[in-house]
Amino acid sequence: MSDTAQHPRSIGRLIRARRGGSKLHWTDVFSYIYLGLGVLLMFAPVLWLVMSSFKTPAGLLEFPPTLLPLGQISVDVPGFDDPLLLFNTTMEDGSVRELAQVRRVGIVSQMVDPNDPEQTFRVGIAQNEPIREFRMAWENYSDPLENFNFTRYLWNSVFVTATATFLTLLINSMAAYGLSIYEFRGRNAIMLFVIGTLMIPITVILVPVYLVVASMGMVNSLWAVILPGAATPTGVFLLRQYMLTIPRDLIEAARMDKASEWQIYWRVVMPLALPAIAVLAIFSIMWRWNEFLWPLIVLNRSEVYTLQVGLNAFQGELNVQWHYILAMTVVTLIPVVLVFAFLQKFITTGIASSGMK
Amino acid sequence: MTEIKLKQVRKAYGNVEVIHGIDLTVDSGEFVVFVGPSGCGKSTLLRIIAGLEEITSGNVEIDGDVVNNVTASDRGLAMVFQSYALYPHMSVYKNMAFGLENTKMPKAEIEKRVRDAGALLQITELLARKPKALSGGQRQRVAIGRAIVRDPKAFLFDEPLSNLDAELRVTMRKELAALHTKIGGTMIYVTHDQTEAMTLADKIVVLQGGSVEQIGRPLDLYNAPSNVFVAGFIGSPRMNLMSAEVEQSAQGGICLVSGAHRIDLPEIAGVAPGDTVTFGVRPEHILVTDRDNADVSVTVEFSEQLGGQTYLYCSGGGLDDLTVHQMGQMKTEKGDTLHLALDRTKMHLFGADGAVIVNGIT
Repeated sequence: MSDTAQHPRSIGRLIRARRGGSKLHWTDVFSYIYLGLGVLLMFAPVLWLVMSSFKTPAGLLEFPPTLLPLGQISVDVPGFDDPLLLFNTTMEDGSVRELAQVRRVGIVSQMVDPNDPEQTFRVGIAQNEPIREFRMAWENYSDPLENFNFTRYLWNSVFVTATATFLTLLINSMAAYGLSIYEFRGRNAIMLFVIGTLMIPITVILVPVYLVVASMGMVNSLWAVILPGAATPTGVFLLRQYMLTIPRDLIEAARMDKASEWQIYWRVVMPLALPAIAVLAIFSIMWRWNEFLWPLIVLNRSEVYTLQVGLNAFQGELNVQWHYILAMTVVTLIPVVLVFAFLQKFITTGIASSGMK
Repeated sequence: MTEIKLKQVRKAYGNVEVIHGIDLTVDSGEFVVFVGPSGCGKSTLLRIIAGLEEITSGNVEIDGDVVNNVTASDRGLAMVFQSYALYPHMSVYKNMAFGLENTKMPKAEIEKRVRDAGALLQITELLARKPKALSGGQRQRVAIGRAIVRDPKAFLFDEPLSNLDAELRVTMRKELAALHTKIGGTMIYVTHDQTEAMTLADKIVVLQGGSVEQIGRPLDLYNAPSNVFVAGFIGSPRMNLMSAEVEQSAQGGICLVSGAHRIDLPEIAGVAPGDTVTFGVRPEHILVTDRDNADVSVTVEFSEQLGGQTYLYCSGGGLDDLTVHQMGQMKTEKGDTLHLALDRTKMHLFGADGAVIVNGIT
């Protein structure tokens, strides 16, 4: 920590960092290759997602795929209902003409001159070179935002994420407080029991939990998504381990200061556990935002869909509207990325240091 | 003003008893120091009084009320911890105000009390700072200030100076003594440093192994220790303690035989020839003299010249680690022979069980 305090972090420093000395050591080269590979592995899919979200449906299905959203130009030709794709066609005499493709049969395309629709040609597809232009298909974003109930889904997701995270932090920190500050017989057994529930996969308890939720009449309500997962064993464990590192003297000093248990929890332990709470908040936001299976089961009406469930609606039985799915996936990614960007330093400090001297 | 009484207090963790039935009275306004080696139970005893540890049996009384089942927060005592235990996320002001806010005191009154305590401890300019921006001595003051503002029935200090450097410790020691004079109040202070105990206390409680060895005023403990442990613990450098066999002396008295040394003493009640005793003499009660008047003759192993005084560490004739204190400067070298006379009037004699037989032989 003290190191970063002395040298303020900057991208420039970061990418020119070396083992020491002025020359590039072989371990530097190795590190950069290794790290570069890591960046590629993690970041390439995201980059591909963002680029592809701006492609037209035709551009998405094109083979070989392109990285940039290049759309093939299509033109309206009199006598044809649909716009036709435009190609540079190499003619038999070696000249190149701009022609529109009417239809394609096997390896032979029937072409028409857009300026003179009477004139048609039959050429091999090898002679056709698509004419492309760089074009951002903003409609991938605007269409679903206008036509589908996306703002509704977004609000549902935000509500579920915010409420559930708040409840999770409150309940988990209280449980952690009890399991870390108080000493009583069976404390460790209870903790083991709590952690033990991590071993149970969600698929196993899906049906029983659904029955409970259904019998409480919460199906198709956002509370059905929020409440069942409000207390998480991971959160209790994380906070409890952190609270164990808070010096006992502080708790005892607060007791001597006539603080009630609630005041000790709220005014002493919670502020001191802030790094761990921030970590749990980030995790909780990510879990809740990306949650799919459980909302899909309990939310059946489209007005209570969360974003992730809403995205699923683009996936029809017969055709999948990839361009919309990709675009909306980017939209759903944005909040998590923002949360992560602003709170990521808490993750490192929260996990790495106890925050106390 | 508060009187605290412990009656047959016992504390056990499982089957291990760590406090073995302690009786103690802390008078109102008294500065009492619990002193003893590590693990003697002094901190545990303080925490029992504070209410942070439950007792297995016996009674703790504050002003005549049994408080065994009263929680720490309701006993009305204030404690200063060894680690200071300042709330790291609160400013100095908030740290001091926290205890008062919990009692629903009006804001103006809190402000006044915190300012007053700040002025008393000279930390007024630090009130806005966070504890991490304070030095050790300043943190110590804040911790004391946090206790003072509460106007508690009694102050409990758990080794408050042990995290400070030597110089600051001496300064803070003086300030604590001055503070006690100024605000009065019953204070209980735990330390393993006998110098702190001697300088601060109205009354010292020497503890060892969970039992009280002796209770008394500092100089009483120094002059008349009731057993070998107290004799060795109080005083720095420690008292020279040597084991000896008692023999009949040719002059009609008795003679202590320790190795090659023979020390003639008059007849003493309770000491008979054939007994094994421990005799003790403090370094400052040993005189350097000539061969004819000497009780023992030893060789200098090592000397410490402090300018104003000299400590000589000697051995010989079956005596190890005999410490001699001399005022002023004294030219000696390793290997020099010293002839020493022991001051009989300041000599202590302990029986085989460690209990004192006589303090000062006349």
